[in-house]
Amino acid sequence: MSTRQFGEPVKRNEDARLLAGRAQFIDDVSLPGLLHAAFVRSPHAHARLGSIDVAPALAHEGVVAVYTAADLGDYWRPGPVVVPPPPVEGAVFNERTQGPLVKDKARHVGEPVAMVVAASRYIAEDAAADVAVEWAPLPVAAELAAAAAPGAPRVHDDLPDNVAARVRQTKGDYAAAAKRAHRVIKRRFAYDHGCAQPMETRGVVAHWDAGSERLTVWDTTQAPIAIRNGLAAMLGLSERQVRVIAPCIGGGFGPKIMLFYPDEVLMPWAAMQLGRPVKWIEDRAEHFVATTHERGQIHEAEIAIDADGKILGVKDVFLHDTGAYDPYGLTVPINSQCTLLGPYVVPNYDSAFTAVFTNTPIVTPYRGAGRQHGVFVIERLLDLAARELGIDRAEIRRRNFIPPEAFPYDNELVYQDFTRLSYDSGDYAPMLARALEMIGYERFVREEQPRLRAAGEHVGIGVVCYVEGTGIGPYEGAKVQVQTNGRASVLTGIGTQGQGHYTSFAQIVADQVGVGVGDVEVITGDTAEFQWGAGTFASRGAVVAGNAVSQAAVAVRGKILRTAAEHFECAEADLVLADGRVAIAGVPGRSIALGELAVLANPMRGAVAAGTEPGLEATSYFGPESGATSAGVHAMIVAIDPETMIPEIRKYVVVHDCGVMINPLIVAGQVHGGVAQGIGNSFYEQLVFDRDGQLLNATLADYLLPTALDVPRMTLAHTVTPSPLNPLGIKGVGEAGAIPVGPLFAQALEDALGLTARGVELLEIPLSPSRLWELARADS
Amino acid sequence: MSGERVLIATTVNGVPHQRAVEPRMLLADFLRHELGLTGTHVGCEHGVCGACTILLDELPVRACLLFAPQANGRAIETVEGLARGPGQLHPLQEAFRDAHGLQCGYCTPGILMTMKAFLAENPSPTEAEVREALSGNLCRCTGYQHIVDAVMLAAKRGAPG
Repeated sequence: MSTRQFGEPVKRNEDARLLAGRAQFIDDVSLPGLLHAAFVRSPHAHARLGSIDVAPALAHEGVVAVYTAADLGDYWRPGPVVVPPPPVEGAVFNERTQGPLVKDKARHVGEPVAMVVAASRYIAEDAAADVAVEWAPLPVAAELAAAAAPGAPRVHDDLPDNVAARVRQTKGDYAAAAKRAHRVIKRRFAYDHGCAQPMETRGVVAHWDAGSERLTVWDTTQAPIAIRNGLAAMLGLSERQVRVIAPCIGGGFGPKIMLFYPDEVLMPWAAMQLGRPVKWIEDRAEHFVATTHERGQIHEAEIAIDADGKILGVKDVFLHDTGAYDPYGLTVPINSQCTLLGPYVVPNYDSAFTAVFTNTPIVTPYRGAGRQHGVFVIERLLDLAARELGIDRAEIRRRNFIPPEAFPYDNELVYQDFTRLSYDSGDYAPMLARALEMIGYERFVREEQPRLRAAGEHVGIGVVCYVEGTGIGPYEGAKVQVQTNGRASVLTGIGTQGQGHYTSFAQIVADQVGVGVGDVEVITGDTAEFQWGAGTFASRGAVVAGNAVSQAAVAVRGKILRTAAEHFECAEADLVLADGRVAIAGVPGRSIALGELAVLANPMRGAVAAGTEPGLEATSYFGPESGATSAGVHAMIVAIDPETMIPEIRKYVVVHDCGVMINPLIVAGQVHGGVAQGIGNSFYEQLVFDRDGQLLNATLADYLLPTALDVPRMTLAHTVTPSPLNPLGIKGVGEAGAIPVGPLFAQALEDALGLTARGVELLEIPLSPSRLWELARADS
Repeated sequence: MSGERVLIATTVNGVPHQRAVEPRMLLADFLRHELGLTGTHVGCEHGVCGACTILLDELPVRACLLFAPQANGRAIETVEGLARGPGQLHPLQEAFRDAHGLQCGYCTPGILMTMKAFLAENPSPTEAEVREALSGNLCRCTGYQHIVDAVMLAAKRGAPG
C-alpha cells in the first residue's frame, strides 16, 4: 500500500454497488405518498396555443392536479442563460429561453404544455392523453439553411428574422494571405451531430418538507449546485433550504447540464403546491424531443496554402442550428470556431458564424460540443490540399504542426470560457509518428492496399489530428477528512455520471494520506455535503476538481504529520505515513493508526492553542487560469462493401495526450466510449426531421446507436506533455475520443471506394449506407 | 382501465411472491416498484436497449416487453440474485470489475443477465461470438471493448453461466 496509487490502473471503488444492482439511480428514489407526473407535449413544431380543457383529465380516478402555464402565475418565466455570450467585439446575441410550459405558442415538437400529477405514472399518462389542447399550426422553420433565408417563418415573433447570434473572430489578415497563396481551396461542408442518448433518461423527484421548510430535489443533472442556486432563487428560498442530490447518473455526455429543463422547475413547484413528493421520469420517446440535441452546422470554408502545403490562412463562414431557444449561449459554435484551428499553425484566420433559431428541440453541448464540426472542416481542407499538391496526407499535417518550442501557443481568439485561446503545452509530431507506426501506414499504402485492391477488396486508410480544449474554470472545491474509523473522505460538488470519480479522486487522496484507494470514500453530487462548484462538463472534472482534491489532501497530510509529531514529541521529518498509520522511522512499535490520530485531533476537554482547527480536515479550491489543451491522432483501416456500403473497421488506433494520467484504465474507457459515440455520429446516428419539424426516427429502433458489432477493438497509446496550468499536470480526456471520427470516416471511405479519382468528395457527416450509395453514384 | 387486478404468483431470485396487479403492469415496473428490486433498469421501454434484461425460466427476456401477469407461475432471476450473499460478487460481476467493464453502470445489470445466459450456453466463446451475443444490449459509455474483455475473462476463469 505504500506504493504510489496515482497513475495506476486501479479497479474502481464504485463498481461493487453498481454490479450488484444496489446503486441508487433517479427512478429508484421512492418516498411515502409519492405522486407521479406526465406531460402533455406539443405535437406541432410551430403552433399558436388555443384553449386547453383539462376537465377530462381531472375526471380520471387518481389524478391529483393538472397544471398549465396559467396556473403557474408569477412562477412562469423564461429560464436563465446558462452561459452568457462571449466578450467578442461586435457580437450579436438574441437571448430567447424556454419557459416551463407553453404560454403563447409552441416552438418545437415536444415542448410541454400541461402537466398531470397522479397516483401512478400509468394514471398520469392515461389522463395526459385526455387533456384537450387546441392548436393553430403555423408555418415551420425546420431546416437550418431555410430558417436562415430571408422570409423564413419566424421562431420568435419579436425578432426581425431567425438570427440568434452573430460572432466574427479573426487572427492576422486572411485576405492578404489568400492573395499571396499558391492555392486557395474552397468547399461547403455540412456536419450534423446527433443526440447523447444516455442509457438512463432524465428524471426529477422533489420533496417539500413543510415542517422543516426544506426542499429536497433528486435530479439527473451534471450541475447540482447550479440547480440548487437557481431553484432557491426561483422559489424564494434560501440556498440552505434547498438540497439537490444528483444520485448515480446513467450517463450524461452534456445534455444533462441544462438550466433549466421545464421539468426541473415544475416538480419542486408542484411538490410545494401539493404538499406531497412528485416524481417525473422521462421515457425514451420523450427523451428524443424533451432533452437537448446538438445537431448541425453548414460551413463555407476555404484554406490558403503555399506550394509546400503550409497553411497561410483559413476563412470560414458558417450557420449554426441552435434550435428553438438559446439557453446555453454560444458554447457550441464558439467551440467549432476555436477548435477548427487544431494542432496547426494557422497564421491568418477569419471565422464568422450566424446562430439560427429553428423549430426544433434546443441545441446545447453534447460530448465534443461543436469541436467535431470545426475539426471536420480543417481536416477535410487539409485532405483536399494534400491531394491538390500531391503531398501525402500525413505529411501535410506534420508540416503544419505547432512546433513543441512554440508553447504556450497563443491563438488570439476568445474561447468558450472567455479566456484567450492559448494552448498550454503539446508535442504533436511524435503522436502522429506513433499513430502511423501503429496503424502500419507506410506498409498499408505501399503493399497491403494494392494487394487487397487487386484481390477486389475496397480498403482504405485514414489519419486525422485534433486538439481538445479541456479543464476550463472557473473553479471546483473539495473537502478531505480523515475519519475516526481511519478511512478518508472526499467531498466535492462536481457530480459524476460514470467517469470513475469515486476512484480517481480516491487515488489522489490515497497517496497523500497513506491509505488504500478502497479506504477513501468520495461523496459528490449532493449540495448538502459540499456547497460550492460548477459541475461536470467540458472534460474538466479530473483537471479542476482533481487539483482541488489534491490540494486539500496535501493540507490534510500536513495536519496528520503535525498532529502525530506533537503526539510523539518528535520532528515531522522523522515520521512515515503509510498503510493507514503514522510511524517513527526506524523505531519499531512507535506508530499510531490514522483513526486514533483523528480522535486526538478533536479534543473534548481542555484548552487548545489559538487558531487550532479540529480534525484532520482541509478544504481547498482550485481554478485554472485557462483550460488545458489535450490532443490526439486517430487512424483506421476500413473495408467497405460497395454494394451494401456497410463498412468494416479492420484496425483502429488512438494516440492521445491528456497530460499526466491518474488512472490509465479509466482514461482508456473514456477514449473507447468517445470513439464509439464518434462512430455513431459518423455513420449511424442522425436526427431526421421532416419539413414540418417532426422528428421521424424518435425510437432506438430507428435512431441507431452503435452496438458491439459496429465498434471495433481499439489500440491505444499515450504520450504525456504535462499541463503547466495545474500542479498535477493533468488535462481532460472526456470528449477526446468522439471529436475526430467524422473526418476519419470521410477520408478513409473516400480512399476505400476510390472516390477522389472519380471526383467525388465526402464533405458531410453523418454518412450512412444509403447516403454513401447516393454520393458514390453522383458522378455516373 | 384502472381498478381491475389479477393475482400473480412468481418466484424471484428463489423467493416466492404473490401480488394483485393491474393486467397492464409491465414486468419491469412490477420488479422495480412492486417488489423493490430496482437493480433491473429501464432504458427504452421498447425492447431495443436491453437494460431491463432478466432471466425468465433461465432465458433472457426484456422485462419492458412483458406484462407482469405473463410471469405468473414462472421463475425470474434478476441482477440482485447473481451474488451468493451480501458483500459478495458473482464471478461474472468480478470479471466486470477487474476489466473495467462498466462506467455509469446503468446498462450493466441487463448485460450481466444476458451474458450469464450466454456463457451457460457457450462457456468458451470467441471474441466475435461475445460481440454477437452482446449486440442486443446498448451501452453508451464503454465502447464495449472492456465489456468484451470482461466476458472473455469470466469465460477464461470458468465463471458459471
